Amino acid sequence: MTSTSVRRHRATGLVVLLAALVATGVGYAAVTDSAQAAAPQASETQVQAGRQLFLEGCATCHGLAAQGTADGPGLIGVGAASVDFQVTTGRMPLSAPAVQAPRKTPQYSAEQTANLAAYVASLGAGPAIPTDSELATTDANLAEGGELFRTNCAQCHNFAGKGGALSDGKYAPTLMNATPREMVEAMLTGPQNMPNFPNSTLPLEKKQAIVKYISDNLQNAAAPGGLALGSYGPVTEGVFIWTAGIGALLLAAVWIGAKVR
Amino acid sequence: MSDNHGTDVSVAEHGDTPEFPLPPHHHRITDTDPKAAKRAERQVAAMFGLSALCTIGFVVAYVAIPTDTFVALGPIGILQLSNLVLGLTFGLAILLIGLGAIQWAKKLMADEEIIGERHPLGSPKEDQDAALAEFQTGLAESGFVERTIVRRTLIGALALFPIPLIVVLKDMGPLPVDALNHTIWRKGSRIVVDVTGKPLRPEDLGIGTLVSASPEDLDKVQEVEGNQNARAKASIILVRMRPSDIKSQQAPAGQTWDYQGILAFSKICTHVGCPIALYQQRQHSLLCPCHQSTFDLADGGKVIFGPAARRMPQLPITIDSEGYLVAQSDFQEPVGPSFWERG
Repeated sequence: MTSTSVRRHRATGLVVLLAALVATGVGYAAVTDSAQAAAPQASETQVQAGRQLFLEGCATCHGLAAQGTADGPGLIGVGAASVDFQVTTGRMPLSAPAVQAPRKTPQYSAEQTANLAAYVASLGAGPAIPTDSELATTDANLAEGGELFRTNCAQCHNFAGKGGALSDGKYAPTLMNATPREMVEAMLTGPQNMPNFPNSTLPLEKKQAIVKYISDNLQNAAAPGGLALGSYGPVTEGVFIWTAGIGALLLAAVWIGAKVR
Repeated sequence: MSDNHGTDVSVAEHGDTPEFPLPPHHHRITDTDPKAAKRAERQVAAMFGLSALCTIGFVVAYVAIPTDTFVALGPIGILQLSNLVLGLTFGLAILLIGLGAIQWAKKLMADEEIIGERHPLGSPKEDQDAALAEFQTGLAESGFVERTIVRRTLIGALALFPIPLIVVLKDMGPLPVDALNHTIWRKGSRIVVDVTGKPLRPEDLGIGTLVSASPEDLDKVQEVEGNQNARAKASIILVRMRPSDIKSQQAPAGQTWDYQGILAFSKICTHVGCPIALYQQRQHSLLCPCHQSTFDLADGGKVIFGPAARRMPQLPITIDSEGYLVAQSDFQEPVGPSFWERG
C-alpha cells in the first residue's frame, strides 16, 4: 500500500512537471507572439475598447451604431479630432440635456479618449487629431493671425477672445483656456453650432497663425488702461459706470450735504 | 445752544412769526471745542498737503517710470505701471483738494443759519412804461414803418442770406445715383477667401463650413477707388449645407442660385449694415451682433428675429470651366440697409 502510494506520488510529480514545462513554453510563446503583434493590432484593440466605451457612455444619444438619434447627432465621419475635442474639454458626455454643452472636467482618461476617437474614426473618414508638428507655431505669422482672427473668429468669440452670446441661450465660449490642440480641432470640426474651417479653405499654416495670435497675444493680453471688465465692450462698461460711478457720486453728494455734529 | 436760539434768529429781524419756523440750531463740536477745531484744521491741511505731494509724485512718475513696465494686480489684470501711477496721483491730487475744501467748509467756516429775503422779480411799472416809450420813439425815428422800400429790401436780403449755407452742402459729395443698387460682383467673378485671396472650389467646403469671401478683383478696385466702398458692399459669406436642408432660395423659378448646397449671401446686415458672420451651422441661422437680427439661410435668408425689415440678399453662384466657384451675376437686389430711394 505504502509503496504503491509512493509510486503514484512520483508519477504525479512527473506529470505535474511535464505539464508545467509545456504550459510555460506555450505560455511564453503566446506572450511573445502577442507582444510582437501588439503594434499593428493595437488600433483594432483600441477600436474594440472604444466601441465598448461608446456603447456604455455615448450610444444613448448618438445611437448604437453612432448613426444619431433625436437626442444627438450622428458621428459617422466626424473624425477623431471631433471626439478628442469634445471629450478632452469635458463637453461630452453631456451631464444633462442643454442647448449647449459646457466645458467641464473630462470624464474619460487620455487612453479612453484615444480609444473612443479610434472607434469613431473607424466609422468614416474625418479630420484626424493634429500632431505636435502640426500644432507648432514657431514659424507662424502673428500679424496675419490677428487679421484672420478678426475676419473669421472675432464675430462670435469677441475681439479679445472672451466669447459672446448667440441666439436662444447658446454662446461662443471664451478662448482664454483653450489649448492650441483644442483650437485647431475646433476649427477643423466645427463643434456644436460653430461652423467648420477645413484646411481647404483655411490652410494649416493660417490656422497656426491664428493659434499663435490667440496663445501669444490674447491669452496673455495686458490691460494698459486698467480694469478691462471682461473686455465685453459697452454693456459691462455702461453697467459699471452707471452703478459704481454714479453710486460713488451719490455717496459724495450725501456726504457733502450731511449735517455736521 | 438752546432751543430759544433758533426761534430767536428766525423772528428777531422782522418781528412777525415766520410761516415755517426754523428748527433749533445746534452748534458743531468744532464751534464749542477748540481741540476739535484744531484737529479739523490739521485734517484739512493734511489733505491739501497730500494733494501737493501727489502732484509732485505725478511729475516724478511721469519722468521716472518707463512706459513698458507692467504690473499684475490680481483680479484687475496686468496693468501698465506708468498709467496706473499717473492716474492715481493726478486723480488723488484733485480729489484731495476737493475733499479738503468740503471738510473746511463743513467743520471750520462760519456756521450761521440765515433767512434769505425774496423780492418780486418783475420791473416796476414806471420802468416798463419808459422802456416801451423809448422803443416806440426809436421805431418812429428810424422810419422803419414809413420807408417801405428799405424795409422790404432788408427783409428780402435777410431771407436770402442763408442760401449759400444750403448750396455748400453739395460739397458733401456727389449723389450716389444708383451706386447703392450695385456691387462689383458680375458674371464670372471668382469667389476668393477674404484676407488670403485663395480661389475656392466646391470640394473645399464641407457640410457646415463657413467662409468669409470677396470678389477676386476687390483689391484692384480698392486701389483704384482709394477707399473701402467696394468692400463694404461686396463682402459675402459662403456656407454649405445638405441640399435636403434647404427649404427655399431666392432664385426665381427655373434658376439655380446655389451650387450643390453651397450658398452665398451678403455679409452686410439689412438693418443698419453691420458685417455679420455669426453663423450657427446647426440651425443655419445668421445672427447679427449689433441688434440680434437673425436670418434663416436655409429659408431664402428670411428674417426670423430682430429689427431687420428685409431678407439677406443671396448672390447667385456656379462654377467656371476650371471648376472654381464664381458669381452668376451681381446681386439681384441692393445689399445693406434700406435707403430713401429704395422705399
